[in-house]
Amino acid sequence: MNSLPLILTVFVACAVEATEALTIVLASGLTREWRSTFQGMAVALVVLAAVVAAVGPALTLVPLAALRLVVGALLAIFGVQWLRKAILRATGHKSLHDEASAYLREVAAAKAATVTSRRGVNDWYAFTLSFKGVLLEGLEVVFIVITFGDNQRDLGAAVIGAAAAVIVITVTGIAVRVPLARVPENAMKFAVGIMLTSFGLFWGAEGAGVSWPGHDASLLGLVPVVALVSLGYTLMLRQWRTIPAPPVAHPSEEGVTS
Amino acid sequence: MKRLRSIGAFWYDFVVGDDWRVAAVVVSAVALTALLVHVAGVNAWWLLPVCVFGALGWSLHRATAGTGENQ
Repeated sequence: MNSLPLILTVFVACAVEATEALTIVLASGLTREWRSTFQGMAVALVVLAAVVAAVGPALTLVPLAALRLVVGALLAIFGVQWLRKAILRATGHKSLHDEASAYLREVAAAKAATVTSRRGVNDWYAFTLSFKGVLLEGLEVVFIVITFGDNQRDLGAAVIGAAAAVIVITVTGIAVRVPLARVPENAMKFAVGIMLTSFGLFWGAEGAGVSWPGHDASLLGLVPVVALVSLGYTLMLRQWRTIPAPPVAHPSEEGVTS
Repeated sequence: MKRLRSIGAFWYDFVVGDDWRVAAVVVSAVALTALLVHVAGVNAWWLLPVCVFGALGWSLHRATAGTGENQ
């Protein structure tokens, strides 16, 4: 299979997580101290790279069918959760992830914390804030890089996609020095959810022993089907939201208080 | 103990996510597909997509049936 879908999927997934991590790093660097912030970010990136370097090649030793069964199921679960969240946000049932307000929350917390030096780090709060932000946002990316890379037996392509996203988002963030509030995070999450679900369905079923009609080419049919079903659910929920709710009986009449 | 619990909660949230029913449906559907293929000899490539689309719809319906999730 061509490496391009793999690189693009990992790139978009990584860009979403890198945008969220950048918000935390900027809040820490601009309100506390850049040196400790960069130290925290660097240590987190080293830990994430070590996980990819250790787990990625180790998983290639697992038989492909078993790997696809487990990873396919996990990716399908992951993908549906991303889609679910994106659809709920797109239809107004869940508030959109707002980088600007997330940034203000982090800034307020960072300003309130006291400065303490520890283990050669000038500002321990800035270090841990940046470390935790990059590590936690990066774990999902590592999962996607390892699972996609190993399943396609092309870990290098997955790493290229992830590294490119981190570089693009970091350079943009440094250039503008504000949280990337204009990044269409929900649309990107929706697209990644579609790709994760499609690959998860394909590999999960194949790992279970299924032979897809058309073999690898069936993935080209699966992606638009997942996209159409997801768009269908989105339109349905939007329509339901615009239909006025029927009159509800007074709580005391039904004995319901919540 | 508190740290162990928070690590467990993090991994549960990371792998299972907001709705455990989705995870349960996916795992059951994969197991059923394997059974159909290896025991009954049915090439059930359609089963997992059907179950996943159903699980997504069910989960969305549950989330929006009340006041919705506004986290």
